[in-house]
Amino acid sequence: MSSKPVLHYFNARGRMECIRWLLAAAGVEFEEKFIESPEDLEKLRKDGKLMFEQVPMVEIDGMTLVQTRAILNYIATKYDLSGKDMKERALIDMYAEGVADLSEMMGQLIVTPPDQKEAKISLIKDRAKNRYLPAFEKVLKSHGQDYLVGNRLSRVDIHLLELLLYVEEIDSSLLAPFPLLQALKSRLSSLPNVKKFLQPGSQRKPPTDEKALEEARKAFKF
Amino acid sequence: MAGKPLFHYDEARGRMESVRWLLAAAGVEYEEKFLQTNEDLEKLRSDGVLMFQQVPMVEVDGMRLVQTRAILNYFSSKYNLYGKDMKERALIDMYSEGLADLNELFIVYPYDPPGVKEAKIAQMKEKAKNRYFPAFEKVLKSHGQDFLVGNKLSKADIHLVEMIYNMEELDANIIANFPLLQALKTRISDMPNIKKFLQPGSRRQPPVDEKTVLKARKIFKF
Repeated sequence: MSSKPVLHYFNARGRMECIRWLLAAAGVEFEEKFIESPEDLEKLRKDGKLMFEQVPMVEIDGMTLVQTRAILNYIATKYDLSGKDMKERALIDMYAEGVADLSEMMGQLIVTPPDQKEAKISLIKDRAKNRYLPAFEKVLKSHGQDYLVGNRLSRVDIHLLELLLYVEEIDSSLLAPFPLLQALKSRLSSLPNVKKFLQPGSQRKPPTDEKALEEARKAFKF
Repeated sequence: MAGKPLFHYDEARGRMESVRWLLAAAGVEYEEKFLQTNEDLEKLRSDGVLMFQQVPMVEVDGMRLVQTRAILNYFSSKYNLYGKDMKERALIDMYSEGLADLNELFIVYPYDPPGVKEAKIAQMKEKAKNRYFPAFEKVLKSHGQDFLVGNKLSKADIHLVEMIYNMEELDANIIANFPLLQALKTRISDMPNIKKFLQPGSRRQPPVDEKTVLKARKIFKF
């Protein structure tokens, strides 16, 4: 049994990518076991390793953890990225859940039927521009600090950085009205662990391409 | 600002109900300001008290918290319903998140159009019986203790019992094959605070009916 966390998921961003980001930012090396066929997934299920028959699953510190938020919270607490007390954690949770809502909308795009895609993209852009990005810009403006909570790096800075990069992938002009978010993005991207993760050859996954998705849909029947 | 927490939501179960259950279990009193009209919602928005323009929102300990999980986690930490350490919390999170997946279907289905509603109900019953309830029965069997985690009441127990009551509204026999879940349900229901919460006149909301759906459509414009 490896002492490094082992991530079980498809070779894709999906619901595991935010976990990869957080581990990388915390400077934690991890291994990945990719699910490449329905048989791979069936085996995990038969072995009783997936509490709700689903991935992501992470083997860490003797536990077999499923559910993205459970995994993220554990990693954040272990590596001191969860604020210094209950109230800081409340803010971190609140902000992170906002990031998660917009991320969820973006994640759904790949399984949106072609005739509904444009409307979905429009809605995502509208929400980014008018709801989520302004909310985080306002937080940074309110305290003028380098990080969202407690003047210190926490998990939500990393979650937000990841989100900002996805927003840019959709439309690079969306960040233009938000100077503090742009500054946060630059600052965080320069942190050594993050910088390394952003470079080619890291465990960061590329956008899911149409062809790979089609194959996955056929194989896994979704 | 001292005083009781103040809940902002419409007079319905929705995303606030699990918070009501949690505070009932903790024996904590709170006040509620129910949204009655779209103007009520717009006022909260223009007052700048909803970080992402959404409810639930809870005013507590000088904070205006939005996002259900942020609210639940804060109250759980404050009232010792979140385990004794990081690893117990990971289990509590994993169990809570599984239940949240099922709850997502339960919260939304009353507002779905007729054809979709029936399909959702069938899906929920199937998932509860074949995925979620077996998983929790297995946990209880594995340690033989009275509670899911650490031999002590946690938010996971409350969410599970709430879900059992929810599912029993769709199928009275849904936990017929799960003796340990039945025992947990009885044990939790007999706790004085929960017993009181289960009686008429408590803050517990009734099942969503047509009237509530129509009112919600007007308030939230959907």
